[in-house]
Amino acid sequence: MKSWRKIQEPLRISPIPLVFGILCLFGVAVSGKSLSFLLQEVVTRLARNSILVLSLLVPISAGLGLNFSMVLGAMAGQTGIIVMTHLKVPGMLGLLGAFIVSLPIAIVLGFVAGNIMNRAKGREMIAGMMLGFFMNGVYQLVFLFMVGTVIPMKNPDLMLPQGFGLRNTVELKYMKYALDNLLTVSLSGLVIPVATFALIGLLCLGLNRLYKTKLGQDFRAVGQDMHVASVAGIDVNKTRLSAVVIATVLASLGQLVFLQNIGTLNTYNSHEQVATFAIASLLLGGATVTRATVGQALAGTLLFHLLFIVSPYAGQSLMGSPQVGEYFRVFVAYGIIAGALVVHAWEAHRRVLSAAKRGLLDGETSRTR
Amino acid sequence: MPSAATVLEMKGITKEFYGNPVLKRVNLDVKQGEIHGLVGENGAGKTTLMNILFGMPVIHETGGFSGQIVFDGKEFLPREPRQAMTAGIGMVHQEFMLIPGFSVTENIKLNREITKQNLLSKLFSRKLETLDMTTMAAHSRKAIDALDFEGIDEWASVAGMPVGHKQFVEIAREIDKENVRLLVFDEPTAVLTESEAAILLDALKRLALRGIGILFISHRLDEVLAICDRVTVLRDGEVVAERKAGETTVIELAELMVGRKMDGLRSLDGPKLLEAGEDVLVVENLIVNMPGERVKGVSFTVKRGEILGIGGLAGHGKLGIANGIMGLQPASGSVRFMGREIRLNDPVSALRAGLAFVSEDRRNIGVLLDETLEDNLVLTAVQVHGRFLRKAGPFTMRDAGSIWRHALETIKEFDIRTTGPKQVVRRLSGGNQQKVCIARAISLDPKLLLVSEPTRGIDVGAKQKVLEILYRLNREKGLTIIMTSSELGELRRICHRIIIMYDGKIAGILPPDASDAEFGLAMSGERSTERSGKHEATH
Repeated sequence: MKSWRKIQEPLRISPIPLVFGILCLFGVAVSGKSLSFLLQEVVTRLARNSILVLSLLVPISAGLGLNFSMVLGAMAGQTGIIVMTHLKVPGMLGLLGAFIVSLPIAIVLGFVAGNIMNRAKGREMIAGMMLGFFMNGVYQLVFLFMVGTVIPMKNPDLMLPQGFGLRNTVELKYMKYALDNLLTVSLSGLVIPVATFALIGLLCLGLNRLYKTKLGQDFRAVGQDMHVASVAGIDVNKTRLSAVVIATVLASLGQLVFLQNIGTLNTYNSHEQVATFAIASLLLGGATVTRATVGQALAGTLLFHLLFIVSPYAGQSLMGSPQVGEYFRVFVAYGIIAGALVVHAWEAHRRVLSAAKRGLLDGETSRTR
Repeated sequence: MPSAATVLEMKGITKEFYGNPVLKRVNLDVKQGEIHGLVGENGAGKTTLMNILFGMPVIHETGGFSGQIVFDGKEFLPREPRQAMTAGIGMVHQEFMLIPGFSVTENIKLNREITKQNLLSKLFSRKLETLDMTTMAAHSRKAIDALDFEGIDEWASVAGMPVGHKQFVEIAREIDKENVRLLVFDEPTAVLTESEAAILLDALKRLALRGIGILFISHRLDEVLAICDRVTVLRDGEVVAERKAGETTVIELAELMVGRKMDGLRSLDGPKLLEAGEDVLVVENLIVNMPGERVKGVSFTVKRGEILGIGGLAGHGKLGIANGIMGLQPASGSVRFMGREIRLNDPVSALRAGLAFVSEDRRNIGVLLDETLEDNLVLTAVQVHGRFLRKAGPFTMRDAGSIWRHALETIKEFDIRTTGPKQVVRRLSGGNQQKVCIARAISLDPKLLLVSEPTRGIDVGAKQKVLEILYRLNREKGLTIIMTSSELGELRRICHRIIIMYDGKIAGILPPDASDAEFGLAMSGERSTERSGKHEATH
């Protein structure tokens, strides 16, 4: 029984990243693109997206599942960026300013999200998703109507010609590459944004340290069994709340890093897909709704974006149309999330069944031994 | 030990749930170094008493309690479990309070972790202090060693551990708390093997020698007598006796717990013994894995036209039998009804065969609280037999007329006190809800009716009515009934034969007029082997 589990365990963890790893290799082979081109793309995207993906880890460990409400953090980050762009603060100073502006907003939004999820225990994921849609409405109300009317602001670069509301796209000319260009290393043509990776590394280290603290232990305890945790005197709701607040703050930081690399802000769209892509990345790395590690987050980000890069080229060279590759990629992104949720529900169901069966065996043997 | 100081004293504890008294002026005291047994049937009030001691939210949400608790010489009024913990009361739960993915050490030190300061924790919050796993493990090792139970590694993961080991981890956690003065054990041996139970009982005695007061709740009376200094017996929320362990016997305790609860009930005609009717239901080697009510292999038959009672103390599997036969809990074995095999784990198969079930869990699966009376009455009949329906072209519709008429008839026949068939069942009293449950089962025209705990939680008048209904259904309509109940008194009033369950097996099949002592013996498992052996020989 035990040895069988030992054989099974590694096999059970790896199939998803394995399958997609092979798929990526295939894509790389047929895309017809040079390795150095692909490598540069992957490095850029890894720097751009990793923090967003890492922000998902804490809620998973605290048992809240995939944090679809990270959209709120992204909105907070964008608010900071808009403020700093309006004030024309350049470079790292602007980015730092944006973070300082977004921090209180992210904390408040995280507080709201956490409280809502505490009232929707067991349905956190759908609650977070709906909350994202709702806050998107609030966000639009603020930046499409209130800016220039209720909020006094004049800036023809940022605003629509009608005098209120922000433009659809905002050029981030003061902050573009602020972090990426702080320190770069060029390795035979390959440009590596060292400062950004240093920040990511710091975050990974911090997350690993967090799990060795009392707070991290509380997260894990609450994540595994809320009832036992509360009987042991852990304030379950407060612990979950802290998890969501931390995640939201990290998501806002992640969105800042993302945007400074992209260089333009799609005022009304940039945040919308953040959760979908980050979650798909994490799941690709082999994480589940209840278990995720830093390694899985990084590996998943790498795989997801490699697939992102090669699919249109692979579609072009295989089918003669980049659209086919794009379809495939979108299909994969959403399909992975749906698949993970189905597997989660299925495993939860199976756990109940197998526990019942195991109990039956115990009952039969306990007195005859 | 009259000289020892009293650790805990509960005086005149009275508690009502929604006007329903569950504890009546209960007095209980535990001395230093004493093991005090607390016994009583399910529903006797043990759990409520412990909930009060631990300040569980459920007590204060339902209006608190009256009476006084003195702990360690000081008045003690816990409003949340944490207060009880800091005061020095530990609890070893019946169900495991362990986190499966954590190691033994992490579980023992859950929320009492030993931490070291670091830069961030000094800056922000103590929550960010680093865990000191080495010291935590050392403490855990000491606690486990104190129990003298070998084979538990403090670094091992709790998931996949044998249940006995889990129980010891749980106890280790409680004794690791430095200030613990009183430990409550709620049926700690229910899940243990005999050898593990023996080690546990030894460990309890050693804990008591260290001066810790122990409150020991168990249904295994022989264990209670073996390790306790005194025993308090609860029945129907009252203390019926307090005995020194040396001055009582298992039989006396069982009798005290069960008692003859005839209070206020009119007696019905004594049950006529049946001439050997044919066997309608044949159960062979039924194993049911119902949590807390495990059935570990029973065989029996039910004769046409009889009421077969199933009794026994809580946790010994009496409720599991009906749930297993009806396919509501995972089961294995063979059940044949009128020559036809009933598929286990498939409620529809049992219903189609002509069995109907009134569950012990009335409010959760017995009735649909927010549906009307008439819908509740016909629901199963519509689902299973397609009755009360009419065809309208390609559609099948509810036949409102016949449902209404059926509801009116039923209300009259069962004397359901209601404003009419359209009343929502939630508004009915417990007794009337129970009548609805039985009436619904009857509306299936069952050939065999299984009722579990039909009188639990309803008042005396309604009890009488429910028993009369069952009695009439049997004697007048010849309906065969299997009735499961914790109240031996009512089983003895209307049943022809009574099965007494002990530890998941049949401890004896007794006639209703057997003596209290005989029932007491069977319920305490004193005679389980010979009786069930004899029983099997007859089939």
